[in-house]
Amino acid sequence: MLDDFMVRATLAGVGVAFAAAPLGCFVVWRRMAYFGDATAHAAMLGVALSLALQISIFAGAVAVALAMALTVTLLAGRGYAMDTLLGVLAHSALAFGLVAVSFLSGIRIDLMAYLFGDILAVSRGDLLVIWGGATVVVALIAWRWAALLTATLNEELAYASGLDPRREQLILTLSLAITVAVAIKVVGVLLIAALLIIPAAAARSLARTPEAMAVIAAVIGALSAITGLRAAYLFDTPAGPSIVCVAAVLFAGLSLLGWRSGKA
Amino acid sequence: MSLLSVEDLSVTYGAHRALHNVNLSVEPGEIVTIVGPNGSGKTSLFKAIIGSAEPSSGKVRLKPNLRVGYVPQRLHIDPTLPITVDRFMRLAARVGRGEAARALEAAGVPDVSGQQMSQLSGGQFQRVLLARALIGAPELLLLDEATQGLDQPGSAAFYRQIEAVRRETGCAILMISHELHVVMSASDRVVCLNGHICCEGTPAVVASAPEYRALFGTGTGGALALYRHDHDHDHDHDHEHGHDHTGSREAAE
Repeated sequence: MLDDFMVRATLAGVGVAFAAAPLGCFVVWRRMAYFGDATAHAAMLGVALSLALQISIFAGAVAVALAMALTVTLLAGRGYAMDTLLGVLAHSALAFGLVAVSFLSGIRIDLMAYLFGDILAVSRGDLLVIWGGATVVVALIAWRWAALLTATLNEELAYASGLDPRREQLILTLSLAITVAVAIKVVGVLLIAALLIIPAAAARSLARTPEAMAVIAAVIGALSAITGLRAAYLFDTPAGPSIVCVAAVLFAGLSLLGWRSGKA
Repeated sequence: MSLLSVEDLSVTYGAHRALHNVNLSVEPGEIVTIVGPNGSGKTSLFKAIIGSAEPSSGKVRLKPNLRVGYVPQRLHIDPTLPITVDRFMRLAARVGRGEAARALEAAGVPDVSGQQMSQLSGGQFQRVLLARALIGAPELLLLDEATQGLDQPGSAAFYRQIEAVRRETGCAILMISHELHVVMSASDRVVCLNGHICCEGTPAVVASAPEYRALFGTGTGGALALYRHDHDHDHDHDHEHGHDHTGSREAAE
């Protein structure tokens, strides 16, 4: 069954959707959308470095994404607004990454594959990395769920409950770096944030509790991956963007329903 | 022993000194209110007590295994975060539905548990925060400007609720407030803060203290008239620690 590239692609898409759903909810609740975007852009530098050093792309992307996220966290509140810092670091990392890739003579690499993903070329090894990464992310978030939620609601409340919001923030940052790294193959660095945010946002109008929102987001994400791949196969469209398009249509539809019933 | 004792506490942010040499203790069952202008370090003091700000010197001692309930200043729940009152109440470690419902009743909002947090009125919202703090039968309740955003009748009702809570549970209450008139009637002890403790004592003593008058003026409304009485001392003298009490220090908030 895993010999079929469509089956492998679908499994890869669903795996990423599962990791992205609960994490995406926190990204939306904490207004970190731009943070996710920036981490993904920075991952391009990681791709370039891992090609140059001949280490795994996953490791390189995680390392750079994490380094960027930690740098931003450290620099935040020292004279520049968060979005300015993110903009500077993310786009610089992306630019340096693209320039660095051009120096790598001898290896012909398809840059588009990293910018937009190449889900149809997912190998068994990639599947292992994606599902391994997704399992780690889901486990981390499930383990810290109540603490993360408390810290998201109010930092002082978290401190008063004996939690350290900085540690919870670090767990989210780490999860984000892993998710970005495993999703590069699936949707590429330019569309990862879409996979984080759109299913979570689409789930909002259907959910009454945070847990329900995460589960519904996972379902919407998986549905988008399956339907998007099917559509890409039928209409010969690029796979990663097609997945995001389906998610966007689901978001639009659910939002309209939500407004009509007056819940959103 | 005291539930909480703050010993010679100073808190600094970079070069800015938010609090210096503050001494304060709270005994079981008493209601202590901290008043002070913007930037006087009230919030820094609270942060040091709950552990979100590091003291630069001095100590905060809590009675061993003290059960603390905390009501934050303002809780902004992002509209994208769906959460029912019941779920919010039971966010912390293993709280049963029954326990959550009892706390809501004690806080005066028995019927909201199925509602979304975002649909509550300001007064209901603050009571839910109070209810959450009451879970686990705290010995000390910390309230940080808990009535911000409520209108006058709303905050008066909220303070009556606080007094009722104290009466029923006997827990001590330490709160920060802007609402001088209400606070004055509800507290056992008032601490007037402006970087350090300017004056403290019973509401009547504080209301007539020259340091307090220097900070808040004498025209703070009719409610204070209750405490106005004849003094034999001069309000306009320079007190020995000659710094400017009326200057505001915004950065400390």
